[in-house]
Amino acid sequence: MTNGKVADVTFVLNGQPITAQAGETILQAADRSGVTIPRLCYKAGYRPDGNCRVCMVEVEGERVLAPSCCRRPAEGMKVNSTSERAKKSQAMVTELLLGDMPGQTKSPYRRESELDRWATWLGVTKARYPQRHQPAPDMSHPAMSVNLDACIQCGRCVRACREEQVNDVIGYAWRGEESKIVFDLDDPMGASSCVACGECVQACPTGALMQANDVGLVAPDKRVESACPYCGVGCLLTYNVKDNKILSVDGRDGPSNHSRLCVKGRFGFDYVHNPERLTKPMIRKAGVPKTTAILDPEKMWDTFREATWEEALDLATTKLLAIREQHGPKALAGFGSAKGSNEEAYLFQKLVRTGFKTNNVDHCTRLCHASSVAALLEDIGSGAVSNQVSDVALADVAIVIGSNPTINHPVAATFMKNAAKNGTKIILIDPRRSDLSRHATYFLQFHGDTDVALLNGIMNVIVTEDLVDEAFIRDRTENYEALKKLVLEYPPEKVAPITGIDAQTIREVARLYATAKAAIIFWGMGISQHIHGTDNARCLISLALMTGQIGRPGTGLHPLRGQNNVQGASDVGLIPMLYPDYRRVDNPDVRREFEALWNTELDPKPGLTVTEIMSAAHDGIIRGMYIMGENPAMSDPNAEHAREGMAKLEHLVVQEIFFTETAGFADVILPATAFPEKTGTFTNTDRRVQLGRQAIDAPGDARQDLWIIGEIARRMGLDWKYAGPADVFEEIRRATPSMGGITWERLQTESSCTYPLEHEGDPGEPIIFIDNFPRPGGRGLFMPAEYTHADEMPDTEYPFIFTTGRQLEHWHTGAMTRRASVLDALEPDPVMSVHPDDLAKLGIEPGGAIEVESRRGKITAYARADRGMQCGTLFMPFVYNEAAANLLTNDAVDPFGKIPEFKFCAVKAGKGGKVAAAVL
Amino acid sequence: MPVVKVLTDGIGELNLCDIGVYRSRGGYEQWKHAVTAMRPADVVELVSKSGLRGRGGAGFPTGRKWSFLPNNGRPRYMVCNCDEAEPGTFKDRMLLEETPHQVLEGILIGSYAIGSRHAFMYIRGEFKRGYEIFMQAVAGARAAGFIGEKLFGTGYSLEVTVHRGAGAYICGEETALLNSLEGKRGEPRLKPPFPAIKGLYGEPTVVNNVETLATLPHLLKNGAEWFSSVGPPKSPGFKIVSVSGHVKRAGNFEVPLGTTLRELLELAGGPRDGRKIVAIQPGGGSSACLFEEHLDLAYDFETMAANGTMLGSGAVVFFDDTTDFVKAAHALVRFYAHESCGQCTPCREGGYWLEVTLERLLHGGGLDSDIEMLVKVAHQMTGINLCPLGDSIEPFLASVVKRFEPQFRAYVKPSVAVSA
Repeated sequence: MTNGKVADVTFVLNGQPITAQAGETILQAADRSGVTIPRLCYKAGYRPDGNCRVCMVEVEGERVLAPSCCRRPAEGMKVNSTSERAKKSQAMVTELLLGDMPGQTKSPYRRESELDRWATWLGVTKARYPQRHQPAPDMSHPAMSVNLDACIQCGRCVRACREEQVNDVIGYAWRGEESKIVFDLDDPMGASSCVACGECVQACPTGALMQANDVGLVAPDKRVESACPYCGVGCLLTYNVKDNKILSVDGRDGPSNHSRLCVKGRFGFDYVHNPERLTKPMIRKAGVPKTTAILDPEKMWDTFREATWEEALDLATTKLLAIREQHGPKALAGFGSAKGSNEEAYLFQKLVRTGFKTNNVDHCTRLCHASSVAALLEDIGSGAVSNQVSDVALADVAIVIGSNPTINHPVAATFMKNAAKNGTKIILIDPRRSDLSRHATYFLQFHGDTDVALLNGIMNVIVTEDLVDEAFIRDRTENYEALKKLVLEYPPEKVAPITGIDAQTIREVARLYATAKAAIIFWGMGISQHIHGTDNARCLISLALMTGQIGRPGTGLHPLRGQNNVQGASDVGLIPMLYPDYRRVDNPDVRREFEALWNTELDPKPGLTVTEIMSAAHDGIIRGMYIMGENPAMSDPNAEHAREGMAKLEHLVVQEIFFTETAGFADVILPATAFPEKTGTFTNTDRRVQLGRQAIDAPGDARQDLWIIGEIARRMGLDWKYAGPADVFEEIRRATPSMGGITWERLQTESSCTYPLEHEGDPGEPIIFIDNFPRPGGRGLFMPAEYTHADEMPDTEYPFIFTTGRQLEHWHTGAMTRRASVLDALEPDPVMSVHPDDLAKLGIEPGGAIEVESRRGKITAYARADRGMQCGTLFMPFVYNEAAANLLTNDAVDPFGKIPEFKFCAVKAGKGGKVAAAVL
Repeated sequence: MPVVKVLTDGIGELNLCDIGVYRSRGGYEQWKHAVTAMRPADVVELVSKSGLRGRGGAGFPTGRKWSFLPNNGRPRYMVCNCDEAEPGTFKDRMLLEETPHQVLEGILIGSYAIGSRHAFMYIRGEFKRGYEIFMQAVAGARAAGFIGEKLFGTGYSLEVTVHRGAGAYICGEETALLNSLEGKRGEPRLKPPFPAIKGLYGEPTVVNNVETLATLPHLLKNGAEWFSSVGPPKSPGFKIVSVSGHVKRAGNFEVPLGTTLRELLELAGGPRDGRKIVAIQPGGGSSACLFEEHLDLAYDFETMAANGTMLGSGAVVFFDDTTDFVKAAHALVRFYAHESCGQCTPCREGGYWLEVTLERLLHGGGLDSDIEMLVKVAHQMTGINLCPLGDSIEPFLASVVKRFEPQFRAYVKPSVAVSA
């Protein structure tokens, strides 16, 4: 039993011998054998709790009945689920519960209530018992209705909240007949600390917890298995659709989410039905000048006029071609999108490379993990994660640095929290104290910008205390001596005053990581978005290499990917210096290969990056652009500079679903499709290629993105013949050997395949670098990094540090989420997180206006008191155009990854005036 | 009179809370003897041989309970259950308040026997006075070197943690007690696994009653035979019985097991003048009633079980001929419905239903069919609960409905007086 190997057991159920597989309960074995046993508090995948007593069975020789959901059969045991005693008990319990329903009858809150189902099955039609308490409805939450009069106290929501998602909001309170579930200290749901993941709604068998607005009562016409359009975790989900509208979303049992979702994935879908969706091609009216002002979508017809697709596509293409003719390919550039599918990204880069004839193609990977990828490619030869998020369960220690996963990767965070509850020690390293700190063994709230010093200090301890993995260093790495020499200059006592972390803690953390049987590192943009982002990542790689914490289960390096397809867009070559599969454009052999594949001549020079393209636009070098699904007017650092660049463009084609801040700069706007309106593959942070399936049709005359790209290609004279995404995927397989074995058919059956998967039928490789690294010689490279400062340090004039990121309810620049009703209701206004002591010093009440100014811009937002902030640091998500954080940020970039320093600039702050209205 | 003085010796005469007084009578010598001269296995063997059965309610042989602990190298915990709240039971409270050192010495010896290095004392929240007395006792024993590191110069160390409950009857159920001790909501755990395999903090744990543990010093001093020679062979030894109800002098009486119910009644001063006993609840709130024809039964585990009831925690309640058994049943059912933790359906819903139905009956709104339903539901909800609490309602209710059915029927008749 102790070694986890449990033998199959044969027992007798209702007179028939059946076999329970290792560890199965009676109920599970019965389910597999087609024997029906009623149940209510049991939910597959959750810990069985055995509280409802509906699944009771009689075990021969036992005085009392046993809950079949919890009881494991013993060899030869005789079990009866249909004896008179068992059936009477099942029926009585069901009758008691039915007696508590409103009107003592079917649930009025959802179709197919599980209680109704089992009551019917058991022949219980009417309750003979009086009703217990009937709590009043709680409609305080915008996304969910709480009708506890239909609650049967099965505790599935409690397990959902505490054991699955580990949000610890729902509890079971009071006693006896007054027992009920509560939010926090019996607060209304909307006033509680609920993060609206909706796991409880998904778990509730009766509809007592249900999506708001009686959605539970509407029967969908179809259920479409797809994926989530938001972050890189890659949750699989099911769209419930009626009359071409998404009614609701259910979590699906995907490998990265086990049916879990977060607030965005579950409740953030109605942006697709927003009346502001673009439904007609648009052309800029003649003579309307371009300024850096953000245009109001309500007034967009002042600037644009409706056009036919023919006219819009013709104009879009002829102007681009004209610029290419007049100024050469280097005057053109394209921004693809990490929100689009692999097929869209692939065709987009192919269009720029073969149609525009330039490598000036990039996307927002530049703004998130470019530095991480630069370091990973340099040191271990591959930019992908070495191990999947789920490996945290196998890790004894997990370092989470520069990442706020409960906000940015909420479902991945649930697995980290699960692991922490099972004994994995989490070392959280971040200048902001985030929610994960509650589950961390160590929380190091170090000074922002001092990552390299801190990590060198940790490595110093590992070297000086001889905790290195000598065999690993000897057999699998190079340049260790240089690293050793450098880190010896960073003893903990020297590092402590720089980082604000005492020497003892640095030592303890170093020992914990180095001596763990298996230790994994997760990081986010707190590492990458610095001008020393590549150095930060180099340190993390060195840390893993010197301790041999890579290449095994539960170890490795995992930069948590931001966008749902930033991994895939990069994999298929939406990067100026790399073709698909990370092969360099300046390698002549590689170039010839792609010239053969694409049957054209290719530009041998690497193209410009996102930030370089904006500067080049500013300087008049880039004159024409095609932007598909990106929003540089909001997402780029020093946004005013970016906006100026775009305003100077002679010709800008924007392919979008909304009139975004960027669309206002366009000459031609092409209305495109949202995620649920198309089919394609998306690659998550775990290297899982997953299928998103079309659930609804696009509104109005909006068109498939693949079609739009194809039409532009056709007008550029390219001879493309793709019947649909499956055709494009076939070509991706040929261009991207590491995905070569994944077939469209397999994706349709399995929904998810992990690459590397080079040959059809391969299982895929969840762990890579097991034997070597894909570098010449196969060795990992130690790249020592010196501690350096941010580009712009605080001074007497600009004394505060300003840092940016995201917030749970919103996605990036808010194009989708600010137009999703629930998400907008939850976080409607621009908020700046400030330590309460700083607020007191500035004389600002929590909720009051704060004005923040950098050398580049000025914004006013509402101050939110946050004790997780360090004094002297301000944080703001970059989602709000009425207070765009990126007007303040610094566009200085990391020399290797060319990633801007979003995480650190100097600002001054004071009591603000009025917060501007959102331009939506 | 069959009274003995073992655990109750000195109570009411001496200040046994004073460690000096306790020690002057040989206190803690058995503790020292155990640690310095006995192997844990010797203690277990002695207790097994004595035939001591748990005094908390279930009557499980103590030595056998201890033997279930796996030898898996994990920490083991001894937990003393002093969450005495069974209706009619007040013996542990007396031991706690009057002779805390005896209880503590028992905890220490029991801990040593099972190889525990950390013992927990869980005291009912309402026992504030007892808690304070016990804390004093622990402080005294610690100062005297009976608790702590390397006791009596050996390698054995033992820590004792005292925890107060928060007022829930259910925390007397051992797994609810463990949850409560861990800081969780006091609700029972599903068994198996039993605490011996997965108890406090998931480790092998023994939960013993106060009286059980307080017996240990005497067992060590006098030997197994001394104990097993008293009382019937399968229910040997002495027992403190809490006698209450319609008697002249309610109280705790320490007697050899096998003493008759009539003798217990006499010890308590007999029935009130001019009254006669018509029913006896012999083992706490969850035991079925016996009746006047059973007064000469021997009070021991086996005899009680053979007569369809149980000895339980040793709480004997006598009812005389003035009793309204509908009210009595209502009071008891209300207690269980109120104390249900609310976790499992039959207890939470069924207990409530029984309570409101009895209430309706008492207030003249009952139906003739209610009486049959009461018995039926109480029976059907028995044996399907997550813990014994929900199973505790049927025995008393069913036994008094059967015996005193006319009393129940009388309430059904919508009399003019009631409706006026």
